[in-house]
Formats: sequence, structure tokens, C-alpha cells
Amino acid sequence: MFRLLEDDRGRMESTVTIEIDGYPVIARIGETVASALLREGASWSRTTPVSGARRAPYCMMGVCFECLMLVEGEGLVRACQTPVRDGLKVERQMGPRKVGPSC
Amino acid sequence: MLKPDLLIVGAGPAGMSAAIVAARAGLKVVVVDEQPTPGGQIWRGVEANAGTSRGRALGAQYCSGLATVRAFRECGAVYWPSTRVWQIEPTLGTYVTGPGGTRVITPRLVLIATGAQERPAPLRGWTLAGVMTVGAAQILLKNPGSVPSEAVWIAGCGPLALLYAHQLVRMGGAVAGFLDTRPSTPLRESLRLAGRAVLRSSGELAKGASWYAELRHRAGRYVPGVVDLQALGTDRLEGVRYRTAAGRVEEIRTSLLLIHEGVLPELHTVRSLGCEIQWDAGQAAYRPVLNEWGECSHPDILIAGDAAGIGGAEAAVHRGRLSALRILQRLGKVAAEPGMTEENCRTALARALALRPFLDRVFRPRGEIFAPDDDTIVCRCEELRVRDLRAALAGSVGPNQLKAFTRAGMGPCQGRQCGLTVAALIAAAEGRQMSDVQPFRVRPPLKPVRLCDLAGLADEGLSS
Repeated sequence: MFRLLEDDRGRMESTVTIEIDGYPVIARIGETVASALLREGASWSRTTPVSGARRAPYCMMGVCFECLMLVEGEGLVRACQTPVRDGLKVERQMGPRKVGPSC
Repeated sequence: MLKPDLLIVGAGPAGMSAAIVAARAGLKVVVVDEQPTPGGQIWRGVEANAGTSRGRALGAQYCSGLATVRAFRECGAVYWPSTRVWQIEPTLGTYVTGPGGTRVITPRLVLIATGAQERPAPLRGWTLAGVMTVGAAQILLKNPGSVPSEAVWIAGCGPLALLYAHQLVRMGGAVAGFLDTRPSTPLRESLRLAGRAVLRSSGELAKGASWYAELRHRAGRYVPGVVDLQALGTDRLEGVRYRTAAGRVEEIRTSLLLIHEGVLPELHTVRSLGCEIQWDAGQAAYRPVLNEWGECSHPDILIAGDAAGIGGAEAAVHRGRLSALRILQRLGKVAAEPGMTEENCRTALARALALRPFLDRVFRPRGEIFAPDDDTIVCRCEELRVRDLRAALAGSVGPNQLKAFTRAGMGPCQGRQCGLTVAALIAAAEGRQMSDVQPFRVRPPLKPVRLCDLAGLADEGLSS
């Protein structure tokens, strides 16, 4: 749904690769998981625990919690508040969260 | 356990400005903020963007934040970025989790400068992937610098929607259409409200008028007086349907819709402490009850910036300074900078707020926001529609009982997206004024906390 504008400092030097549901996604250093997700064809972040409907990042500032995703080592967190780092593994949260060790 | 003189929650214009005054005067100040860099929403990423083409496109007002951010970085306040506050106790014991783990801060005074959030804009289909807020899209402009991949549809009311359209076009993006949901306002009445502020703020007014002119010129379509807005689609957004001022129903195809209906003070933190709030009819929002220093009903808590009532970045700077001056007074210190006086701050604040009544009137949200139709989801987290809540309301319960009966406000966002709408539905059902209705009670934690974060408190000597 979104595309990156050219960066003054050049694009190649400032990117990392994260993994969303096993697929590689190029991200710009300093951006969040949610903003990288929004450039993907499937830009949704989770399905709801109530009806299973797909949700996507909505507010990008941490107040709607629609972008809750499973982030390696951190558990279920707001993707819009989670900075990318190279190799970071992220999964869409499907329905209700299952209890288990996360950190 | 950290015991500063002052804890400031939020590193936006108000929080940073207060920190600069307080730290330079010799107070021990700790500032915690959820973002990785200072600036708040308005000056988000300004250190990275100022001086670049992106910064220039975002505008001079945006880049002007750099001076405050730099002064803040150098002022001597302890700054914890990427840190969330998840509880403040009435005794001021404050629990935070960030890169350094979970910590407890016990300050002598707290300044809450948590800013604003966008007004929830319930409309049919607003939970579909592909519907986002204008504020969200503006955040993406600032970092990482991304724009909608196709010409975008914007629907809403408020200066931010106009500003975003302006910035987007400057950055090489395009607006397919602007569905203006602003109710028509007699301009004469609005200008009378502005009074002499019109003369003092002619530059601001001219800027706003030019954004409108640009929008009418550059947007594929500009549709005024839009009502009955709804987002269409099953798995994701496919289109938008709306009714024009002339009563014609139109439908467009799009995979992205940006919506905006103004902004509200962030009151979650304030209300969790039981601080008194009131309904501000002019801003159609709740705001904390404050004196002229930003002191609230809790004796040791002050509130500044948009969290104190929407005033914009410049007003936030001056409110932050005024609160800091009061804090210095209470702790027996004086401001170090010459010219940092109460009188100067009040004059500057009055100037910054002069145009506000005009803006509040012109951009007053449409009534549908407070009384959506039966099919509209109110509580996004629990997927509750207006009719679900109306059914529960038949028994004439208050907001907290309604929450217990329906789970409205119990999901991950904790009522941030439905609280105001639920309060409005209660007021309508019971024939009461918004000023007589209280929103949901706020419960800790303010942000989700993991059990391991709680366990981390053992290191703070609080295992009991």
C-alpha cells in the first residue's frame, strides 16, 4: 500500500532484511516492523480473536493495538513500536494468543 | 530505585521544553518516552530529517523542532527513549519498561506530557485492512519516508488532513480525492470567534487557506460536505461509499483510505491516577481540570502540552515552560535562562492559542462521529457494534457496567478507540450531557506488561 521515497543518503547502505511469516522483507534501518509490513502486498498484521477478521496497522503511534505481532524474543508486541533489526523474525498473530514462554 | 526531583512522561514539545527549563535550573530530571528519538509526534524524526529534502518537504515548522531537540539533548536531563510507562501510583511510584529492563522511579513531582491521539472516527468498515488514519500516514512520511503507492483517498476534517495532503504532494505523492467531512460552518460566525486573533494570526490563516486552494487544485477530486461515509470490502478495503452535500450517493474503488477527525488529549495516564477531567464543548473532547500552571486535582502532578487540551506544538512549548516554572517555584529554584519568566511565557502562550477557538469551530467534528449507525463497530478490539451496546444500554447502566456486560473497552487498546463513542452513546441513551458522563475507568497496566517484566522488579527490591 506504501512505497519508499528515495533517501538522500542512498538506499542500499541503509537497509536490513527481516522475516515476516518466513518471507524476507527489506526494511530501512530506523523504521518499524509495521512500516515495513505496509509495503507488502499482504499488509495485514493479525486476525482478531473474536471473528478471525484480518487487521492491519491503523494508528502507527501505539494507541490502537491493531498491529500486534509475534516478534522473536519479545512475544506479542505492537509492530509500530518495534524497530527492525537484521534477521528479525516476525509472525502474524492468528486469533487469540496462546500462552507460552516468550522471553 | 531512581529518585529524581521531576519525572516527565513524554519527550514532545511540552515535555522537552519543561525538561530544558527544569534541568538548567539544577533539578534532577528524568524524561521517559515511548519513541526511540525525541520530538513527539509533531517533530518525529526531526534529527534525521532536518536538512534533507524530506525535511524541506515536511516544512519549516517541522524543521524548527530541531533546535528544541538539540537543547533537550544537552540540558542534562536523564532521557530514557523506547521506554513505556505502565503504571503511576498515586504516591508517584512509576513503573517503566525499556531497553534497561523494568525500573521504578519515585520522583517528587510528575509532569505528564503525553500529547494527543487522533479522535476515533467510527464508520462502517473502519476496521478493514486498508483503512488507516491520516496521522498514521504522516508518521510514515517522517519515518521511513514512505508514501501511498498510488494516488490516495483522504476523508476527514481537521488541519492535520490538510497538512498531510500538502506534505504528500510536496514529496511526490498524489491525492486521488479528498472527501471533506467538515460540516459547513458560517464563516462569519467562525471569524467572529477568532476576533482579533485573525489579525495577529493572518499568516496562519493564509497558510490554511492556501492548503485548501492547493487541495482543490491538485487533488483528483475535492468533495465538500461528505456524510454517511463507509468503507467497503470483505477481507480488506475495496472501496468507499459516501453521500454528498447535495444528497447524491457515490462510490469509488480504492485499496487505501486515510481518515481523520481531529485530535484528542491523551488522557489515559491522567485518568488512571483519578485526576479530575471535564467536557470541553468547544473542542468536543474531555480534558483535565487544570489551573493556570497545569496543576491538576492531584497535588503533585502537572499536565502540559496537548494532554492538557489541544493547543498545538507552539502552545505545548509554552505550557511546558510554565509548568516547569511552577515546579521550580515549588522546589525552591529559579530559572537559569534570562527572559524565562511567567509573564513572557503567558504572553507567548496566549499568542499561540489565539486562533484555537476559530480552528475548533471550523473543524468541529460531524455529529455522526458521536452517533454512528447501528452496524458500525464501536469497540474495534472486541468487535462490538452500536446495536450491541444499545441493547446493553437498555438497562440504563453506566460505562463501567457496560464494560463488564459487553467487554467494550476490555481489549488490547483498553478503550482508547471506543471510550469517547461509548460515553456519547450513554449520554444519548440517557438524555444526559457529555459533561455528566464519565468515560470508562482506566486500570493499570497502561501498556501491556510481560510477566518477565514484572519479575524484573525483583532487582528493584520490590519482590514483595
